Amino acid sequence: MESKKYLEDISQIKDMMNRSSRFISLSGLSGILAGLYAITGAAVAYFYLIPQREAPLTVHSWNFKMIVGILLTVAVLSSVTAYLLSAKKAKKNNEKVWDETTRRLLVNFLVPLLTGGIYILIKLNSQHYGLTASLMLIFYGLALVNASKYTIGKVRYLGYLQIALGLVCAAFPGYGFWFWVLGFGLLHIIYGSLIYFKEEKQ
Amino acid sequence: MGLIDNINKLFDHRIRLGIMSILMVNEEVDFNRLKELLEVTDGNLASHTKTLEKAEYIRIEKSFIGKKPNTRYSATKLGKLSFKKHIQALEHIIKNQT
Repeated sequence: MESKKYLEDISQIKDMMNRSSRFISLSGLSGILAGLYAITGAAVAYFYLIPQREAPLTVHSWNFKMIVGILLTVAVLSSVTAYLLSAKKAKKNNEKVWDETTRRLLVNFLVPLLTGGIYILIKLNSQHYGLTASLMLIFYGLALVNASKYTIGKVRYLGYLQIALGLVCAAFPGYGFWFWVLGFGLLHIIYGSLIYFKEEKQ
Repeated sequence: MGLIDNINKLFDHRIRLGIMSILMVNEEVDFNRLKELLEVTDGNLASHTKTLEKAEYIRIEKSFIGKKPNTRYSATKLGKLSFKKHIQALEHIIKNQT
C-alpha cells in the first residue's frame, strides 16, 4: 500500500517538472530536421549561388539576395517545425502550448538572437561579410545558453559548442561557410539524434 | 532501517510536493504560475508556501509590478538538498519492495 503511494509521488514529481519546464522535449526530432534544412540550404548555396573567386559577392547582387533568402527559409522552416512538433506533444500530454514557460523561453532566446541578426545586417550593409558565419554561430549559441534556463536538458551544451565553433571560425577567415554547415547542420543533427534516442528509450 | 527516516513529512503532501518539483527546475516562479500548474485555490497555495518557507525550503519575494502585487518563489539550497534526499528515499523504498 505504502509503496504505491510513493510511486504516485514520484510520477507526480516527474509530471510537475516536465510541465513547468517541458520545452526541452521538443528538440529531438526538430533538432534533426533543423540540421537537415541547414545542410540542404547550404548545399543549394554551394552548388548554385556561391560565385568563383574572380567575382566576389556583393550586397546588391542577385546571388547575395538568394543566399539571404535561403537563410531566412531555413530559419522559418526550423521554427515552424519546432512549433508544430511541440504543439503536437503538448496536445498529447494535455498541456497548453502557450504559457509562462514558453513565453519566457522565447523572450530569452530571441533577445540575443535578434541582437546578433541586426548587428550582422548592419555589418553587411557596410561591406563587412568576413565574420558573418562566426557571428551567427556565436549569437545563436548565446541565445541557446540564455534560453536553457527554462529547460531541464542539455540545450546549454549545444549553445556552448556553437559559441566555441563561432570563436574558432573567427580565427580561420575564409572557411566561414564550412563552419556554418558544421554548426547549424551537423551539430543540430548530432544533438537532435542524441535527444531523440533518449526519448525513444523512455 | 534508516531509509524511512529520509522520507520528509513536509513533502508528504501533493501540493507541497508539486511546489518543490516546480522550484527544482525553475529558478523563480510567481504565484499565478504556481496556481496555474498545480490547479489549486489562492488560499490553499498560500498556506502551503508559508509552511515551506517556515522550514526555510523556499524563499518568498514580494514586489510590485505597477500597482499589482507580485510574489515570486524560489527554492533555497537547503530545500533543494532536502528534496533530493526525499526523492532518493522514495526511489529506495520502491526498489526494495518490488
